[in-house]
This record gives sequence, structure tokens and C-alpha cells, in this order.
Amino acid sequence: MRRGFDVLLAVATGLALAFLLLPMLALFLRISPAELVDALTSEVALDALWVSLKTGLIAHAFVLLVGTPAAYFLAMKRFRGRDVLVTLVELPLVLPPAVAGIALLTLFGQQGLLGQTLDAFGIQIPLTQTAVVLAVIFVAAPFYIRQGIASFEAVDPALTDASRTLGAGPARTFRRIALPLASSGLGAGSVLAWARGTGEFGATIMFAGSLQGVTQTMPLAIYAQLGLNQDVAIAIGALLVLVSVTVLLSVKLLPSWTRFTSASLIRSAPSGSS
Amino acid sequence: MDPLHVSLAHPLRSFRLELELDVGPETVALVGPSGAGKTSVLRAIAGLLRPEQGRVALGDEVWLDTGGRIFLQPERRSVGLVFQEYALFPHLTVAENVAYAGRERAGELLEQLGITGLRDARPGELSGGERQRVALARALARDPAVLLLDEPLAALDAHTRARVRAELEDLLARLRLTTLLVTHDFQDAAALAERVGVVVDGRIVQVGSPAELIAGPASPFVADFTGGNLLRGTARPASSGLTEVTLADGSRIFSTDRLEGHVGAVVYPWEVAVAREAPGDSAQNHVLGPIAGMVPVANRVRVRIGPLTAEITAASVERLGLRLGEPVVASFKATGTRLVPLA
Repeated sequence: MRRGFDVLLAVATGLALAFLLLPMLALFLRISPAELVDALTSEVALDALWVSLKTGLIAHAFVLLVGTPAAYFLAMKRFRGRDVLVTLVELPLVLPPAVAGIALLTLFGQQGLLGQTLDAFGIQIPLTQTAVVLAVIFVAAPFYIRQGIASFEAVDPALTDASRTLGAGPARTFRRIALPLASSGLGAGSVLAWARGTGEFGATIMFAGSLQGVTQTMPLAIYAQLGLNQDVAIAIGALLVLVSVTVLLSVKLLPSWTRFTSASLIRSAPSGSS
Repeated sequence: MDPLHVSLAHPLRSFRLELELDVGPETVALVGPSGAGKTSVLRAIAGLLRPEQGRVALGDEVWLDTGGRIFLQPERRSVGLVFQEYALFPHLTVAENVAYAGRERAGELLEQLGITGLRDARPGELSGGERQRVALARALARDPAVLLLDEPLAALDAHTRARVRAELEDLLARLRLTTLLVTHDFQDAAALAERVGVVVDGRIVQVGSPAELIAGPASPFVADFTGGNLLRGTARPASSGLTEVTLADGSRIFSTDRLEGHVGAVVYPWEVAVAREAPGDSAQNHVLGPIAGMVPVANRVRVRIGPLTAEITAASVERLGLRLGEPVVASFKATGTRLVPLA
């Protein structure tokens, strides 16, 4: 009886793994490595790679530069409505990408809330590379900020308190204590945000379109090449699988400072009393 | 050296922290049960807690004055705070931890505290005693005017504790800084501080030298806390100016203190002698009973007889051949019996 159950579990696991891995394997088996390299060096693929890389880097820089202090603020400060704010920041995580696309269009489009004002200054965002960057930031930033809040919250408050009593102001305490101690978590969040940004499709195609060399990122190129040159679509797909494997491994292997963090009984003012 | 003045009023979970304290170039200990508000006092002095009302000043330098809306940030107050669990920065080496507040004195302090050999180690690799020394060196590196120690010995095991206590005693004596420490252990406070304030529910109930607190506890709590026996009974004046206290079991003891009504008689264990038969000595008070417990404490033995605990040398236990359950007589002098009013 027990033996039979174990077999059942093993079969279920095998089915799940096969179903999840076979499609990815198919990408590599369909065309030869030589054809794959050939397809990747096609103009469409190179353009898509370049657009993805450029918009991805710019978007990621914004996510890190604005997201890190925002996450620190939300992690450290206790104020009314904080939980609501954190939830709102996380909302894009569960928002369907098509909704993100139409929402961005409604805000930045020519008839949009901000779009009209921008239009008056001669700035048009939809169907430009800026639109790609905005779409990527919109969908990717919550991954980073959410992880960032958790990482900063995990830093023992006694350590930041100790830093202050040792003469360091809030900025130096952030730079020398909070940031290094949260760095592994921030790194993981950064990688996840990058992965989400690289895969972004729905919001981008609605808001930025799919113009080769301008707004056509790798996922968009796969879709565009599907009916034209399937080898290119498959090759880009294979490349993105490799990128994803790298992302996953780097998240799993990132070193962690957290195990060195000393637990302290001293907590923030209202609860600490002894 | 400028004295530190502290007066605070701040609501805590189930009571109000309300106390006033002045500390000169000496070591003062606030001692009391955990949860009495001791750590909050240190946090308020260091600027990590902004009390509802209060004033903290070092000489003429005002750090906090809620009336005058003055609140100096922690980094601008000349304090060194040693946290209960030491709060060493886990990602920095010992040398980097100590140099965090000031590079100039770091080398000298590493040497002074005997941790030069650990300079490249990370806090995770250190023993409890070593961590404490690093935390002390780090707090002193800023050359603070005030040193604050939060339960400096609580994180250590019993074996390390005695040694570290002696080291700390020695260090504090050399530093002669304005030092305020908090602890839940009266023995630690007595060993380290010249003056001890007993804190209960956010208030200082008594201040004095350790000897003064032992000799004249103001309340049963202080008596109990300092390690004295507390015998409950009813007091009335007796002949020859003594006070007679009738205990619950009907036995009577005498004290030179004058008090009437419901009282606690405080007797310290080291003032109780143990004998096989009632001695013909000058002691007024005798309690007869079987030995209910014998616990060795270093080179002494704590012997429990009825409601009393006596502390006698291991040698005496040997000489008298004392065993559990044997009837003995505990005697103590009326002059060594303090009376405190009971509510």
C-alpha cells in the first residue's frame, strides 16, 4: 500500500517535470546549434537583442535608483497608511499585463491624463523606446521594491541604532550598515525584476508597439517572427531560456549576510521596555 | 567632568516610566526585574527613544528638553552604548567595527581590551566574552563622555560571566567615565557600581550604595532583590526597647528597628549562623527546624531552615556534619534584623 503511494508520488513528479521541461528542450532540439547561431545573428534578432538590452538597462537603473530608497523608507518608517502603500506598490504584480498596457496608454497617450500636457511640449511617448522603458519599469519595479522592503526589514534594528550612537547619521547608517546587510536580498530582487522586465510582452506591445530596431524587444520579436521566419523565433526563445537559467542560478547562489546578523532583544522604541 | 542629568516621563506597555537621575564621574547601576523600563532609560539618554516628557543634559549641554523642544540626534550625543546582545556589525571585521566610530583610538582600544589578535575576525566567529570586549572597544572609540551598558553580562554563560564581570569591573575603575548600566542582577550591580538604583515599574524605589541597600532596604521588594530573607509577621514594642515580631507560625523574633503592625523582617543569609543546639551566644533570634535544602555557591553553602536561608562556609558544613533533614538551630542577631513595612 505504502509502496504503491510512493510510486504514485514519483509518477506525478515525473509528469510535472516532463511537462515543464520538454517544451524548453524542444527549442534546442528543433534546430541545430549552427542554425541557432545563424538565426541569432540575423538583423531582426540582433535588433531585438539591442532594444531589449538598452531599454532593460535604462529601466533597471531607474528601478534600482528609485526603488532602493523607496524600499528603505517603507521598511523603516512606521506611519499611518504604510500597509496600504506597500499593498499598492505590489498591485502591478498581480495586474494582467494587458491592463498595464491600457493603463499606461490612458495616462501617457495623446488623449491621456499626462499625455495631453506632454503633447503640448512636443513630447510623445507611445510607440517610442521611452514607452518600452516605462512599461518595463511598471511591471518590474514591484518585484524589486517588494523584495527590498523585506530585505531592509530583516536588518536588525539594533544594528542601525548602534550605528547612530556611534556617530553615524541616517545617510551613513544606510550606506554602511543597512545597504550592505540587505545587499543579498536586494541582489535577488534586482535579478527577479530584470527577469520580469526582459520577458515583458503584453504592456509593451499595447503601449510601445512592435517596431523593429525601436520598440521590438526579444519577446515581441519572437511573436513577430512566428509567421515569417520560425527559426529566428526559436533561436531568440532558446536564448531567453539560457538567460532565465542564469537568472535562477544567480538568485539561488547569491551569498547571504543574513546568517551573520545577530539577533537582538532590543526592538524599536514602543515595544522595547525592559 | 560634566555630570549627566536625566529626568523622564514616558508611557510604557503597562506603566509609566517616571524617574530622575544624576550621574557624576562614577558607575551607577539601575537594577530591577526585566520589563521595568531600564532599557528605555538608556535609549532615551542615547537619543534612540524620544520620551513624552523629559530632560537629558550633560553639564550645560542639553540633549533633550521636551519643554524647550530640543532633541539632539543620537549621533550628536557624546555617548557610547553597549547593547545587550552587543549589536556588532556582522559584515565588518573586529577592527572595522571598532574603527566605525573613530579611527584614531581604534588601535589603542584593541590593545587595551586585549583583542588585537582578533582584529581580522568577524563577529560571528567570536565567543560571548570576546564580543563583549569588541562592543566595549567600539563604544569607547568615539571617546564618549557617557558610557551606557545595557545588561552587559546577560548574554554570557555562567562560567564566562564571572570572569567578564571582573574584567569589566577593572576596566570601569580605570576609565572613570560617567557610566550608567542596567541589569536585572543585583550581584552584578553590586560588583560594578558605586551607586545602585532599584527600578520597579518605571520608578526608582531606592538609591544607595550596594551596602546601604543590603543594610537598609526600603521595601520588601528591595530586600528580596538584594538577596535577603523576608519573614512576615506582626510587630509590637517589647521590653528593653526592642521590637518583637510574631511570625505566622507563632514563633517570635526581635529587632532593634522600631516599627509596629504588619512588617517584613529582613535578614541576610550571611548573618545567619547554623548550630546543632541552641547556642548560648548573644543572638536574640533562634529558628529551629530540619534542614530543608543545601545548595553549594562557590566556597559557601546555602542552607535552608524553615523560612530562612543561611549562608555558611563549606568548611562549617563539613565540621558540623550537616545533612538534609537533620534538626538544627539558625540564629541571627536582633541588630542584624531589619524591619520593613508591608502593605
